[in-house]
Amino acid sequence: MNLTHQAVQIARRHTTGVLLRVRPLMHWRWRNWIELLIESVIKLAGVSTILIVALIFLFLVREGLPTFLDIPLRALFGDRWYPIEAIYGLWPLIVGSLLVTAGAILIAVPLGLTTAIYLGEIAPPWQREILKPLIEMLAGIPSIVLGFLGWVVLAPLIQDLGAPTGLTAFSGSVILAYMALPTIISISEDALYAVPKDYRDAALAIGATQWQTIQRVIFPAARSGLVMAVMLGIGRAIGETMAVMMVTGNAAFIPSFGADMAFQPVRTMTATIAAEMGEVAQGSLHYHTLFGIGIMLFLITFAINSLAGRLVGHQTTNRRQGGRL
Amino acid sequence: MIQPKISVQNVYYTYSSDGLEALKNVSLDIYPNEIFVLFGPARSGKSTLLRLFNRLSDLLEKGDYQGTILFNGRDVFEPGTDIAALRRRIGMVFAVPTPLPGSIRDNLTYGPRMAGISRSELPDRVERSLRLAALWDEVKDRLDESAFALSGGQKQRLCIARSLTLEPEVLILDNPTSGLDPLSTSMVEETLHELKQRYTIIVVPHSVQQAARVATRAAFMLNGELIELNDAGQLFVHPQDKRTEDYVTGRFG
Repeated sequence: MNLTHQAVQIARRHTTGVLLRVRPLMHWRWRNWIELLIESVIKLAGVSTILIVALIFLFLVREGLPTFLDIPLRALFGDRWYPIEAIYGLWPLIVGSLLVTAGAILIAVPLGLTTAIYLGEIAPPWQREILKPLIEMLAGIPSIVLGFLGWVVLAPLIQDLGAPTGLTAFSGSVILAYMALPTIISISEDALYAVPKDYRDAALAIGATQWQTIQRVIFPAARSGLVMAVMLGIGRAIGETMAVMMVTGNAAFIPSFGADMAFQPVRTMTATIAAEMGEVAQGSLHYHTLFGIGIMLFLITFAINSLAGRLVGHQTTNRRQGGRL
Repeated sequence: MIQPKISVQNVYYTYSSDGLEALKNVSLDIYPNEIFVLFGPARSGKSTLLRLFNRLSDLLEKGDYQGTILFNGRDVFEPGTDIAALRRRIGMVFAVPTPLPGSIRDNLTYGPRMAGISRSELPDRVERSLRLAALWDEVKDRLDESAFALSGGQKQRLCIARSLTLEPEVLILDNPTSGLDPLSTSMVEETLHELKQRYTIIVVPHSVQQAARVATRAAFMLNGELIELNDAGQLFVHPQDKRTEDYVTGRFG
């Protein structure tokens, strides 16, 4: 208070004009009040968001938990999903989801990373300047459009290649992969681009070729960004519902094991919830089971996220703590 | 007569984007086992010249290059030159210490592994180059820690050691002590004197004082021209050219 007072005095002494005179109206107490107000608004926003997310989680658990209590685990992980006859085996749905997602990852990660390397390290600047915005624009295509495209173009193509039907796990994987690709490419290219030029010089100066530089130096340096890119891409793919529903055929049975496993129709967990939630009686076991599927999905996503956190983790903490000079 | 390690003959280099003449008719010879100091004010062409020696200039924006640079009597710009091999024989240390991601040991084994040197030989090379760079005693118990955990001076000596793992013939140091405190600086300088016994060393110094401290022979450059080249004892005490004298005595720069 004393200091502010002195500052006001000094300011008065040095400003003769009326306009420049410090007005005592803006008293320091007022400022404190405004400060307090803004702080509490921010706090309120933060706390309410956390609270609502927690409530959603509680709701999910409350509605889904009966599944795990009422249905014996053996039946729950049975190999038939037949809700009309009260057979709630989740296994076909889990296999369906895993198959589609794994396929998508297998397609999207190598393709995405190589594209990012091309854009970031090999392509001349003018190509990068054209391609990067184009790829980022692709991320904005609504997933349902991709699903439609898969239904109209991809499915007939796969059927022509000899599959009994074009609506297969593989079709879903391809659609999901292309949904995830723009995210993976864009973020991993940013990560590669952020690697300091000094690293390239240093690596080349000890006799590395361009590929050795990328592989031994730039990749490890950009690791956390690359993991983040892949995880965000997969995150987008795993929760996707409608597009997948349109192209996977929606048959809730376990595809027979073999080379053509990916070329049979499957049904994913997300698609099951979307397809059946409209016709289910609220409070019935079927209803609870759909929420049970929701819990399973949550657990899978949670596992992936914590895995990503662990892979990225130790570098971020290093950055926070600052390290030595 | 001793054959020069590196021979620069009438080299011109002009950056094409703005037409800056970075090097104008530079000729000089660098001999084995000397510390050759290249000094002068900023933008006088020192770094451009050094980057031509190991073809790191390939990474710079396109420029117009004329003249000849011989390394052991062979033109480094000869078509078909193995650039990676050339860079293994002419090591380079930069102004900013650039440890690569990974442990201290990783940093020292990158080069040899990429050169295809067998694994069994690596521990030896690591120790030898760390000893040469006067870093062994400080890091021998923590070779597997991250290289980023080292102090600034240690990082720079690690970079020197990293170049030495390839057992180069020439070691180029482009302002190696720019970010270092006086103590680390003197350790690096001492290291250079040790290394002189085995290698040819080219240094762009941080200051005229440093130039005078470390040089066997020195060359003064200004605006892309070589102004004066002489033994260190002569050049810093009795400069022949007025411009050299002005710069050495601190009248400009």
